[in-house]
Order: sequence, then structure tokens, then C-alpha cells
Amino acid sequence: MSRFIDLTLNGIANGAIYAAVALSLVLIWRATRILNFAQAGMLMFTTFIAWAVIDSGASYWVGFAVALVSGLALGAIVERIVIRPVEGAPPLNAVVVTLGLLILIEAIAGMIWGGNPKSFPPAFSIKGYHVGNHTLLFSPFDLFTVLVVLGMMVLVAVLFTRTSLGLRMRAAAFEPEVARLLGVRVAQMFTVGWALAAVAASLAGVLIAPAVFVAPNNFDAVLVFGFTAAVLGGLESPQGALVGGMIIGLALSYVAGYISGQLVTLGALAILVAVLMIRPEGLFAMHQARRV
Amino acid sequence: MLRVENIETAYGPVRALAGVSFEVDQGKITAVLGANGAGKTSLLRTLSGLVRPRSGRVVLEDQVISGMPVERIVRLGMAQVPEGRGVIAELSVEENLRLGGLWRKDGSREDLDRMYELFPPLAERRGKPANTLSGGERQMLAVGRALMARPRLLLLDEPSLGLAPRVAAQIMALLRRLRDETGLTVLLVEQNAKSALSVADHGIVLNLGRIVAQDAPDRLAADEKLRHAYLGF
Repeated sequence: MSRFIDLTLNGIANGAIYAAVALSLVLIWRATRILNFAQAGMLMFTTFIAWAVIDSGASYWVGFAVALVSGLALGAIVERIVIRPVEGAPPLNAVVVTLGLLILIEAIAGMIWGGNPKSFPPAFSIKGYHVGNHTLLFSPFDLFTVLVVLGMMVLVAVLFTRTSLGLRMRAAAFEPEVARLLGVRVAQMFTVGWALAAVAASLAGVLIAPAVFVAPNNFDAVLVFGFTAAVLGGLESPQGALVGGMIIGLALSYVAGYISGQLVTLGALAILVAVLMIRPEGLFAMHQARRV
Repeated sequence: MLRVENIETAYGPVRALAGVSFEVDQGKITAVLGANGAGKTSLLRTLSGLVRPRSGRVVLEDQVISGMPVERIVRLGMAQVPEGRGVIAELSVEENLRLGGLWRKDGSREDLDRMYELFPPLAERRGKPANTLSGGERQMLAVGRALMARPRLLLLDEPSLGLAPRVAAQIMALLRRLRDETGLTVLLVEQNAKSALSVADHGIVLNLGRIVAQDAPDRLAADEKLRHAYLGF
């Protein structure tokens, strides 16, 4: 029983990170109908920047803030320069562009920081809480991870449903042409969407970095899990990203704990295939609403 | 108010408008009529800036707007009710309405209340998603949303399409009321010529991308040949 509780807690902590990655993919998919495969590279790059800041002697929290701010900037820049030309083009163009960008960013990071994995400090202790004489598989840093991701989810939900910027972003995502006719600067909304997405991804990057170490290719797996979570959640709703992330986090934690740690990636693939076969529109899709 | 000078619009090799010129007078309802494929929607898309004309100019109150981005043209006082009513199904009625006036710095609660006064059925459903509305209510929402921008010129793309005759007549009556009470200038694009001519001050008949006639509505309706050939009644 205590094993089950451990695996559950561990799954929730990892699930929060996958949810953040899923959110970053969802925000971009909603806005521009593009799957951003470069997200793994973008979050790696901002995590590397944060690492460099902390390594130079600044406090962890300065590095944390730098990761988020550089994510904001990187997201906007990438959308403006690389993505804008393929918006509205056949989907394959965007796939090729984001994959190319992934390779490019990973190569640039390798040229700057080399291929040796760097250790990244956690915000809080990663020693599990004690309950009696049992040490839980859940640490203060895990708690921080869950809370900060939930906090971000709430902020995004408030932004979308309670602010006029959020209303404009939703209109631009659902009906870009109608939105333009109503005076919404749709291109600007897309840039904001990409920037926000990159912030969510950067957050995931600094949260997972203590576990995976920072190196050019070390975040690719996180993208796969985040992608699976996003598809599971329906690719369109932030709530879907959260629930999808949690389901993937828990499922993979049980797979690793009860079967084998080596089957984790395979487990994610199995879930992805199962979702696509049984409910390809995901758990929280809005397609019914759109078929009018 | 609006002057269209010899515009030519094409999609690749397909020419949709072949040199169209006309004027829309201030405070009047101008109807553009014609069958499917006559170029009506291309004309509206060119005026609103969604498509750039290959040649010619569109002038709104002495300002050349052809070539300007859509969002800027809207800010100059020209609002559009898109074809198929174009309400955003996923957003609530109130969100749709607010969207129309969002770019205005001085947009206010009163604008919203004015729309609910103008369209009481919308007030009852303000929190509901727009896809729960009936066809007529959607048309009201689309018109109300465009009015939220406090436009001086309102463009409508086939507002009576798919509506019951009674509901279509209500929409036309509303346009007449807006013209009489607020001095709104309207450019109405319609396939339903009879209904459009009932409210219009001036009619333009389009066929295969060219203007084949423009005159007072009663004179257009009296021309039997024209009616049979292009207006379908």
C-alpha cells in the first residue's frame, strides 16, 4: 500500500511537469494549429540560460525568473521569424520547420555549452518527506512543482476567461478571419500565444532539470510525454492538458514502479496509440461545439 | 462616404471582379444584388481588406483603404457582418458582443446595454454559448456585434441567407430603423433581391464580376428583363 501511495505521489509530481509541457503545446495548437516539436529545444535552451545564470553565482530564483522571461522572449521571436511564414500553409510545412528548429536549437546549445550534462539545482530539498519511519517518494521540491504548475494553470485560465486579452486570443484562435473583421490584431495574438506557451515550457524545463540534468538532448523525452498528455487531453483545452498530464504522470509512474523503469517510454507510446484508436479527439475536445 | 474605383480582384487566374465602380452615399442603404458567383462576396472581401484588389482603389471618406490591413480599416469606422453570420460558436453571446467593441478605447457597458435593448432575445441569453442561438438570433448577434464598434458604415454579407422570410424581414426593418434613427450608412449584399430592394435607397446589380445595372430600387424592380435575368423574381 505504501508503495502505491509513493508511486501515486511521484506520478502527480511528474504529471505536473508533463501538464506544463502539454499546456505549452495546447496554447500553440489552439492559436496556430501547429504542433511545436521545437518546444523540447526551446525549453532546453531557456533552462540552459537559467543554468548559466545560476552557475555564475546568482541565486536560484534569479535563474528561475530568467528562464521564464527568456522563454517569453524566445517564444515571441520564434513565432515572428520562423513560424509566421508557415502559418496558414499546409500542415507539413510547419512540421518540417519546427523539427528543423529543434535540430538547430540543439546544435546551437551544443556549440555554446557542450554536450556534457550539467547538474541543475532544485528550488527546495529533494529528500522525501518522512511519515513515521517511512520516507515518501515525494519531496518539498515535488510539492513546489505541483503548486507552481497549478498556479500557472489558474493564471492561464483567468487570463483566457476573465480578461479582454484572453477574449481576443480565443477569438483569434477559433475564427481568425472573423476576429480580424472585428478589429482583433490576430497576428499579435498568435505572437502572444507562442510567448505564453514558451513560458509554460520554460517552467517545465527548470522543474524537470534537477532530475534529467541539462544537456542538448535531455529534454526530448519530456516532450514525448507532454505531447502524449496533450493529445490525451484533446489538444485544445488547458484543463485537458492538466488532466492529460496527470494521467500520463500516474500511468508512467505505475509502469516504472510495478513493471520496469525501462518500459516507461513504451508505456507512453502505448497510451498514445490507445487514445488515437479509441478516442482520437481526446478527452476534452471541443469538436462537437465546432461542428455547427 | 465610400467610393469604389474600378477595382479588379482575382484569385490566381480566376477573375472575380472585372472593373467595378460605384459610390455609397452617406446615410443611405445601398444594396448589391446578383446570383451566386456574381462577385458579391469577393466585393465585400475586397472592401474589408481581406483580399487585395489587383487594381483600382477603395476610398473611405477621402482616405484610400485598399491595401490597408483589415484591422485598421475597422478602426476607421467600417464594420462588417460576415457571411454565414460568423458568430463565434464557442464564445458566449456577451463575449461575441464585447469582441465587436474591444478595440475602442472608449468602449463601455452602455454599448452593451444598448444592444440588449435593440435585441431583447440576446439579453435573455447573454451567458449562453452562441451556438445555442437560432438562425435569426445569430443574425441579430452578428449585427449587434458589428454595431458595438459604433461604425459609420456597416457592410452586411447575405444577412437573410437561410432565414425564414419573416425573420429576414425583421432584419431589413432593423436596417431601415438604424438608418433613420442613427444615420448609419449601409452596404447590403444580398441574393434575395426582393427583400433587399424593399429597404434599399439604391441598387446595384452585379453579374460575373461586372456591374450590369445601378438605379433606384423601384426602377430596377420595374425592369422586367433585368429582374428575370439577374434578380430571380
